[in-house]
Amino acid sequence: MNSEESNKEKDMSTSSLAGIASNHSTKRAGTNRLGIGLEARGVHAWFGKHHALSNVTLDFAAGTVTALIGPSGCGKSTFIRTLNRMHEFIPTAAMAGEVLLDGRDIYEPGTDVTKIRLKIGMVFQKPNPFPSMTIGENVLSGLRLAQLKNSHKEELMEECLVRAGLWNEVKDRLDAHGGSLSGGQQQRLCIARALAVNPQVLLMDEPCSALDPGSTLRIEETIKELSESMTIIIVTHNMQQAARVSDFTAFFLADGGPGEMIETGPTSQIFSQPRDQRTENYVTGRFG
Amino acid sequence: MSSTVEIAKPSKPWKPSIKERIIDITLLAGAVLTSYAVVGATELKGKLAYFFVFFAALAIFNLIKGTATRDLMIGKDQFFSAVMLLGMTLVLIPTASILFTVIDRGRKGLHSGLLTNDMSLATPSDPIVNGGLAHAIVGTFLLVSVALVFSLPIGILTALYLTEIRGRFTRPIRFLVQAMSGVPSIVAGLFILSAIVYTVTKSYSGVMGSLALTILMIPTIARTAEEVLNLIPNDLREAGVALGGTQWRTVAMVVVPAARSGLITALILGVARIVGETAPILLLTGGGDALNFNPGSGAMGSLPFYIWKSFLLGTEESITRGWAGLLVLLVLVLTLFILARVLGSRRMK
Repeated sequence: MNSEESNKEKDMSTSSLAGIASNHSTKRAGTNRLGIGLEARGVHAWFGKHHALSNVTLDFAAGTVTALIGPSGCGKSTFIRTLNRMHEFIPTAAMAGEVLLDGRDIYEPGTDVTKIRLKIGMVFQKPNPFPSMTIGENVLSGLRLAQLKNSHKEELMEECLVRAGLWNEVKDRLDAHGGSLSGGQQQRLCIARALAVNPQVLLMDEPCSALDPGSTLRIEETIKELSESMTIIIVTHNMQQAARVSDFTAFFLADGGPGEMIETGPTSQIFSQPRDQRTENYVTGRFG
Repeated sequence: MSSTVEIAKPSKPWKPSIKERIIDITLLAGAVLTSYAVVGATELKGKLAYFFVFFAALAIFNLIKGTATRDLMIGKDQFFSAVMLLGMTLVLIPTASILFTVIDRGRKGLHSGLLTNDMSLATPSDPIVNGGLAHAIVGTFLLVSVALVFSLPIGILTALYLTEIRGRFTRPIRFLVQAMSGVPSIVAGLFILSAIVYTVTKSYSGVMGSLALTILMIPTIARTAEEVLNLIPNDLREAGVALGGTQWRTVAMVVVPAARSGLITALILGVARIVGETAPILLLTGGGDALNFNPGSGAMGSLPFYIWKSFLLGTEESITRGWAGLLVLLVLVLTLFILARVLGSRRMK
């Protein structure tokens, strides 16, 4: 495979850059190639001099749900933010490696970042509806932000709210402000907002961490429905959640040094027969 | 209707009891008596003496009461409560005195034509009912409006640079803005006078005054707007950008609307800062007595100028006119501050 060769090259260069040769994760990555979707190739991330994430190679096949698990501070969120170029918003941030969307590196010079973020949407940890907009305006805000034309706004709004599982609760008060919703509803509103620009990939950074079990369940159902039409990558601290919603799971760990991806595979395998002792310790609750 | 066995009565057990209140009032009366006694028995004289002896006595009584009923800690605590009260009174007295004097003296200058007539046909010794300050109100309104047109965009764009772009010049610009807020208004006036009036236009006009006011207004608007924009959570910026918006679209569609009420406050504080500004007005506007709706040319009156000129003329009538002008200006500034508080505290629905 070509990409694997180029990957190894990249690997060498990035390892020397970081001064840390860790091929651990790369060796296993190749075994999980699943069609075209999003591919991370030897991704490193730094905050100033702090090496936060080392050499992550991970494939996200189209139409799958991948859960990223691991203890706090292991670089999961940093990794997910490199996937749609949100990482660069931190002034001291730096990165190495490639992130390929349908085979093209999103970090290639000259790439239109805003187009990348349109294709790779994101739902954040804390619900963050725009306070100055109504519920309806929030859903369609992506269109206005990216200056996209759409002549069927009403239909789109309804469709997105239905897909996010919020339509029945808000259909009679689309003109109310987003802040008037409950936390779980706000998060589903943020999912609807992300869906309105029709992304290929949806990144979710602990979307349920601030929510009650009921809202969490609704969002998990939403994720399952969405996975039919898009690739979903979800960071979660809740292992039951990872087991419930994801097809694949990747385990991240920072053991003193930068965060690394320890193991990845089908979710059932990660939870029943992990190959790495550390993964087993984590998923069985022995630490973390 | 209600058949509950125990009816809970709302009470506030943390409030002082009636007995404690009686003690407090006694102490207060004791302090008043002490101040009379001390001032009468010693060389101390005047209102200030009563004032300070009263507070000293109150503080000491509080200390003794607290220590006697509880312990020394509580005594000290109550001692400093009295000291705080002294501080608060010291601040309030001049404010109240100014307000009272202006209202008391300005009242006599009020008449039905005050807001509709100008001074073009009134001489300094004319009765109060002749003339008015329409020209001054119109002038102040125009001066402030033109200054707003210049300073609002500059101030808010500066704040956006400081909060959103955070470029290499953030620190020097923030420093400059802070330094600018300390520029004496006369310096701003002289700057416009020497840089523009003497060299380019060679005539007074409202716009020249507005330019000087702009210099004074920009730092207030920029600093208030910066503080307000800093309060907008970063999540919103990230959410906007993650939806495929450029930074500019995100700022214009998400950040600024979210900060709207705060930005209105910045605007009003900026206006309040300059509406009573006198020095640059004296230098630059020419200060006419007639209505002038064109800020671009001709002498332009304004409230501060009207007040200054009225006191300068020195006749009894014109001094009363001056106080009336002060009253109108004070009401204007007060209205602006109240407006700022109301708009600033109003929560987004």
